[in-house]
Amino acid sequence: MPGSLPEPDAAREWLATMTLIRRFEERAGEMYARAKIGGFLHLSIGEEATIVGSARALREDDYLISTYRSHGHALVRGTPPENVMAELFGRVDGCSHGRGGSMHMFDLARRFMGGYGIVGGNLPIAAGIALASDLKGTDEVTLCTFGDGASNQGTFGETLNLAALWKLPVVFMVTNNQFGMGTALRRHSAVTDLQRKGESLGVPGMRCDGMDVLDTHAVISEAVRRVREDRQPVLVEAITYRFRGHSMADPEEYRTKEEVAQWRTRDPIPAFGQLLMGEGVIDEEEFARIDVDAIARVDAAVAFADRSPFPAPESLYDDVYVLDDQVRGSYSVRTTSPEEADPELAAASETAQGDSSGEIPEQITTALQAGEDGS
Amino acid sequence: MAQMRYREALNQALREELTRDERVVLMGEDIGVFGGAFKVTEGLLEEFGEARVRDTPISENTIVGVGVGSAMTGLRPVVELMTINFALLAFDQIVNHAAHIHYMFGGQARVPLVVRMPQGAGHQLGPTHSHCLEALFLHVPGLLVAVPTTAADAKGLLKTAIRDENPVIFIEHESLYGVRGEVPEDAEQLVGFGRARTVREGSDVTIVGISRMALTAERAAKTLAEERGVEAEVIDPRTLRPLDLDTILASVAKTNRCVVVEEGWPHGGVGANLAALISEQAFDDLDAPVKRVTGADVPMPYSKPLEDIAYPHEPQIVHAALAILGLEDSGGTAG
Repeated sequence: MPGSLPEPDAAREWLATMTLIRRFEERAGEMYARAKIGGFLHLSIGEEATIVGSARALREDDYLISTYRSHGHALVRGTPPENVMAELFGRVDGCSHGRGGSMHMFDLARRFMGGYGIVGGNLPIAAGIALASDLKGTDEVTLCTFGDGASNQGTFGETLNLAALWKLPVVFMVTNNQFGMGTALRRHSAVTDLQRKGESLGVPGMRCDGMDVLDTHAVISEAVRRVREDRQPVLVEAITYRFRGHSMADPEEYRTKEEVAQWRTRDPIPAFGQLLMGEGVIDEEEFARIDVDAIARVDAAVAFADRSPFPAPESLYDDVYVLDDQVRGSYSVRTTSPEEADPELAAASETAQGDSSGEIPEQITTALQAGEDGS
Repeated sequence: MAQMRYREALNQALREELTRDERVVLMGEDIGVFGGAFKVTEGLLEEFGEARVRDTPISENTIVGVGVGSAMTGLRPVVELMTINFALLAFDQIVNHAAHIHYMFGGQARVPLVVRMPQGAGHQLGPTHSHCLEALFLHVPGLLVAVPTTAADAKGLLKTAIRDENPVIFIEHESLYGVRGEVPEDAEQLVGFGRARTVREGSDVTIVGISRMALTAERAAKTLAEERGVEAEVIDPRTLRPLDLDTILASVAKTNRCVVVEEGWPHGGVGANLAALISEQAFDDLDAPVKRVTGADVPMPYSKPLEDIAYPHEPQIVHAALAILGLEDSGGTAG
């Protein structure tokens, strides 16, 4: 589907947001290598057009729900980079208050309904959100993104069938980045034409070039229109590629450097920048300034995250339950008193997070040496 | 008060809450046209329509997940899983999602979801259809677990579950659906969570019965009183999370002895948990170790004579109570 250029201001914003996501992810990778960030870190470098092109096809009252690779989805919905970075740092100002980390970003106010750590776990939830929209009599649409690997999960078949049966307003977007972790598409899915995987379940398929923000936007816009007007789910396959490993601990032995280099020639950000310059929407100076602004924004996010405190040990039990004054009895078992727990917890969080002068964990250095280029 | 069956009490709770709150939606396999595998939802489709009483495909994990998502954005879904055995297919949505979303997203989203399902052995359904798994759900922070025994509690607790802001695992019992009891007619007379029911007062030994075992324990207590002159205090916790430990500890302080009876397996079971809590918090009150009467530590066999001895009955409870009172030798009752 040929994508036409949006209004100049919108075009600049798309480029700026893709650039922000890129610079954010690069810096997150650096912060991970410096042990500011723990756990897993899945970057979406290379996939920015799938994020911005799709999210910009939504209205503000539509819902977006994503996976464990979701920093960009929070950013594109307007969650400040400060709060996304603070979440990665495990701080109180994180968008999930330091409870979720990289895989579990969330911003209810902006209708970003979360990143989910379990492959395919978000599909049924998306259908539930859409059911609520439907029963409330709204015309809201839910955009549910997931990877090619998730298309093999039971929830994929179950949810597409149910969504088609119940005519739920969901755009299922399979972000086909060619690998389920380190297993190539042809080695994990009998049907590699993923847009067709919903056909037998009553969900028609579409496809877009996920390296092209205009094409992604055009196809997702059409899918959103169909879903909103026809009350029928659609599956869209976005063909893309992640330039970095599955996570930071990925030596990338399953693909060649040549293949990665080949895809990098299709990098969606310079491609869109060149297009906008060719069309006279921006000039070289503005293109450069967009990048400088993104870097400055990420600098500020890192500074903010660094200043934000760790959650207090006494907050450990907060929000396990919505507590009701009327209910008696113990909800949670505390095996130690908070007083006893404090020093231990504080020490544990120090150790786990390290600090800027700390050594890089061995598994990370291995991963870096094995393939991360650090750019 | 009105006399009705446990299943009718549940049906009435659902009907009243569907009427009271338009956000309440029922979903489940065969709950609509068929009326529910155990007829709990009978008549509700006709009364409330297809939008609110929804037959689902056989897709347990997804049904629960749809409940999670719709609860996050404003509905009050009540999902029926045909039996607890099939909840194992939905464990990802129950544990990783329903239970954790409020916490892992920093308190922003709530999941006011009820997942109803019956459990229990005794119908020769073999290993895959006879589970008692309350301990699995009890294990998970973020879930509330209700185990109603009487018709009144079935209704009162279900109404509370639907109005609660947390995900509630509501465990019914297949053998109790037909049991009659007195049920309050007032639609606003709820049974609050975290309030144990003292089924019978006594001063010699405390017997805590979980789910159907509260009834079996009550019968055992009657036998103990009539045949041995032993006065057992029988407690039905009604909810395992939140747990009314105070009532149990107060009883133990009086009787100094405690037997916990459950239909599920012994290792990591409800009784194991209660025994730990009681010994941690009331060790000085105990004159004997807490004793457990549990289901046998085996997959449930089909053959009737084997099935019969694989879950607790009244004589085992009587024996356990007498044993910790030193009135009879302790046999291998637990496990």
